Amino acid sequence: MQWMIEIYRSAMFKKVVMAVTGLMLFGFVIGHVAGNLKIYQGKYVDGIHQGEYKLDVYAEGLRELGAPVLGHGQALWIARIGLLLAVALHIWSAYQLTLVNRRGRPQAYQKVTPQASTYASRTMRWGGVIILFFIVYHILHLTTGSVHQSFEAGQVFHNVVRGFSNPLVSGFYILANLALGLHLYHGIWSLFQSLGLNGQRFNDLRHKIAVAFALIISLTNISFPVAVLTGVVHL
Amino acid sequence: MDLKLHVWRQKDASDPGSMVEYQAKDVSPDMSFLEMLDVVNESLVQKGEEPIAFDHDCREGICGACGMMINGVAHGPQRGTTTCQLHMRHFNDGDVVYIEPWRSGAFPVLKDLMVDRGAFDRIIQAGGYISVNTGSAPDANEIPVPKQAADTAFEAAACIGCGACVAQCPNGAAQLFTSAKVSHLGLMPQGQPERWRRVRGMVAQMEEEAFGSCSNHLECEAVCPKEISVDFIARMNRDYIKATFKGDDS
Ligand code: HEM
Ligand code: FES
Repeated sequence: MQWMIEIYRSAMFKKVVMAVTGLMLFGFVIGHVAGNLKIYQGKYVDGIHQGEYKLDVYAEGLRELGAPVLGHGQALWIARIGLLLAVALHIWSAYQLTLVNRRGRPQAYQKVTPQASTYASRTMRWGGVIILFFIVYHILHLTTGSVHQSFEAGQVFHNVVRGFSNPLVSGFYILANLALGLHLYHGIWSLFQSLGLNGQRFNDLRHKIAVAFALIISLTNISFPVAVLTGVVHL
Repeated sequence: MDLKLHVWRQKDASDPGSMVEYQAKDVSPDMSFLEMLDVVNESLVQKGEEPIAFDHDCREGICGACGMMINGVAHGPQRGTTTCQLHMRHFNDGDVVYIEPWRSGAFPVLKDLMVDRGAFDRIIQAGGYISVNTGSAPDANEIPVPKQAADTAFEAAACIGCGACVAQCPNGAAQLFTSAKVSHLGLMPQGQPERWRRVRGMVAQMEEEAFGSCSNHLECEAVCPKEISVDFIARMNRDYIKATFKGDDS
């Protein structure tokens, strides 16, 4: 038992929690962005879903995942609970580590000249806070519809296009995804390091993987509001 | 050349301290940074003032005693160089130079630019050794060591324990130092029996001291006078995670 308490107390453990939950969230974001590409595919022209938006059918499909073993919406809720837990633990460890790091440098320098850290690495905390606000807003906007002007349950394509036609909404969405890109650029590289995933052959690749995924995720996400605002995607 | 210095002056551990301005006149480009401070100190002594206290010993870059923040960079602008080996030719006439002590929760300032780095010693005491029964000296090459392990262990062993990594880290973290010390033994056959206990013990001690945690900013690697790689940090993390699953006596 004693060893469990020691592990729980250690900053190294919190760093592992950070990395593992970060990896879970990263996995989710990839799936999320890939699924949303259906925005660009319009409607089914034939078959049983003829005339329906592919995005709407996909969203409904998420509720049927695991059928017939799981009931309607069950898989989705399992994923949601997992993600909520990941976000909570991620924030908890970020907070705990921030306290440890404050203790590590109680008195600031009069002059500091960063040598290797990046804008991304230095803004993990504030970037994380922007992302947190965004997650809350995003759920209220496109999941529950509470802050959406013309929300129609199940009509995902309609909700997205109507939502993004407001430039303020799109602006916040774009800003948050720039923050996410920076967070992921440092985060993805960092998690390899935190989990001890390194090696001669692999080391150079780690930065490339981080740049590639951060760019793919944030640019693809940003393309959605841009496509709506420019009229490329419309109702 | 003439320089304008802003130097951290602090009488003792309990004094709040402050930056004080000094002029360094007729500095030769061939002087080391410490020699430049020696000259400033001579003029202070002549004026009956207290000289600036700083740590130094070998003055040839191998002991790790010297070290200060020079314009916000540990050991100054020249990469892979200790403060004692930094020469004034890297500065220009009229430069303004800020000089501050290492700052970390675990390195209390004793006086001016001198800090107590005893926390590093306690980390070493927590596992930075191998236990052997001494006897006659073993034959050279009695224990085969893979070439790559020997080379990598040697790179880690280059750490002189100066504390620049901690000083430069925005979190005041000691991961680069600790990982170098964990690795230079952990990579060698002689270090295997205590490998898991070592990493657990040294990390636990590191966390007990008021060091921060690692955010992978890479600042440490950039200022290390021995250019020790952050690869050792990843290696330490990996060993620490593995050690978690092993028994207390391994
Ligand atoms: C909800 C708000 C969030 C906050 C407050 C937050 C905060 C942070 C902070 C402070 C760190 C660096 C910790 C350190 O080393 O000092 C970090 C790391 C990380 N974050 Fe987040 N984050 C958030 C959301 C996210 C999201 C949505 C993702 C993924 C899509 C993510 C992925 C990562 C990854 C992969 C890491 C790297 C873990 C490591 O350093 O090993 N974070 N986060
Ligand atoms: S005085 Fe020995 S390393 Fe600088």
